[in-house]
Amino acid sequence: MNPQRRRLIVAGIASGCFGAAAFAQLKEKVIRIVAKKFEYTPAEITLEKGVPVVLELSTEDVAMGFYAPAFKIDVEFVPGKAVQVRLVPEKTGSFDFSCNVFCGEGHEDMGGKIHVA
Amino acid sequence: MTKTIDRREFLRLAGVGGAVFASGLAGCAGMAGAMKDDFYFVQLSDTHWGFKGAALNPDAGGTLQKAVASVNALSIQPDFIVFTGDLTHTTDDPKERRRRLAEFRDIVSALKNKNVRFMPGEHDASLDNGQAWKEFFGQSYYSFDHKGVHFIAVDNVSDPAARIGAPQLAWMKADLDKQANDAPIVVLAHRPLFDLMPQWDWATKDGAQAIEMLMPYRNVTVFYGHIHQEHHHMTGHIAHHSAKSLIFPLVAPGSKPKREPVPWDAAQPYKGLGFRSVETNAVKLTEYPVLKA
Repeated sequence: MNPQRRRLIVAGIASGCFGAAAFAQLKEKVIRIVAKKFEYTPAEITLEKGVPVVLELSTEDVAMGFYAPAFKIDVEFVPGKAVQVRLVPEKTGSFDFSCNVFCGEGHEDMGGKIHVA
Repeated sequence: MTKTIDRREFLRLAGVGGAVFASGLAGCAGMAGAMKDDFYFVQLSDTHWGFKGAALNPDAGGTLQKAVASVNALSIQPDFIVFTGDLTHTTDDPKERRRRLAEFRDIVSALKNKNVRFMPGEHDASLDNGQAWKEFFGQSYYSFDHKGVHFIAVDNVSDPAARIGAPQLAWMKADLDKQANDAPIVVLAHRPLFDLMPQWDWATKDGAQAIEMLMPYRNVTVFYGHIHQEHHHMTGHIAHHSAKSLIFPLVAPGSKPKREPVPWDAAQPYKGLGFRSVETNAVKLTEYPVLKA
């Protein structure tokens, strides 16, 4: 899925416009990841290969990004407005994610890992 | 042309052991086009004034001044000097940001050559969308002509998400529309316009649109900073050259699992730091260390 299409889907979910696809996601496990300068909590998550999940991303302080190129995820979010993104892990391994919205002194070190077993 | 030969000879001899002749890059476009006269300019980048960290640079408070002195010591002065961003190190405190910008401006005011162009980096501009930076240095993107070469300074940092943005891209298109296809064009930016290492934040989200806009022009060269090291890359016929930093080097793209700085080497102080001159006739790059050996 191209990033623009993914962003549209994310925006649709974030604004409460639940279509059939989004409704299906409600049945999937939602993993909440909270960002704040300069860390994600949790910074590491473990997923099961082939099992879809929904990541719910929010930030406590400033605008943040969540960039996970292995899953073609590139989303931005601001305080007070969580976004959700659906993810189907297709390969096992450990994959990095990072913040790609500059947020200050520790921005360069802000990231985490998605493990797929 | 005798003048040209003299300048090149000077640059070769004045390289103080660090000169690199880089015009042999495969496919490196020249700036010949409609250029009226040979000249050279100096690029300095990523000075990060205000950074503190002795393990990376125990002379963080003195490196910029030394670079200024080294540029002043060039016996033939460049036509102009450009700073390609991250003039200051980031701070959350708006007052402190302005203090650092003011100190930076005071230090570089010692440059003998007063024709100095400034650009923001994300450390200067991303936390307030360039507001403080503009108070000191004016417009964050602009173009100018010098002896037949058209220069375009692109701001890909005032948006913290590293976008040039639609309004600036529209401005760039209108600016380029006035140029002939064979016009010598130099693009200056802080971040790379191409996807060097997006996972290390070494990219511009809409940089591909800028590159696509530049493709019809046959003589385009891009100079940027951000990655704290020399790097050369081609997108089609367009050459992209990154500059060294004046605070600490970063590891080569993809050479480590994560982006990280290169620690200070006490046996070789200022190793990996420096500035460059760019001679326009054949896009000759000469790299200079901070201190003359």
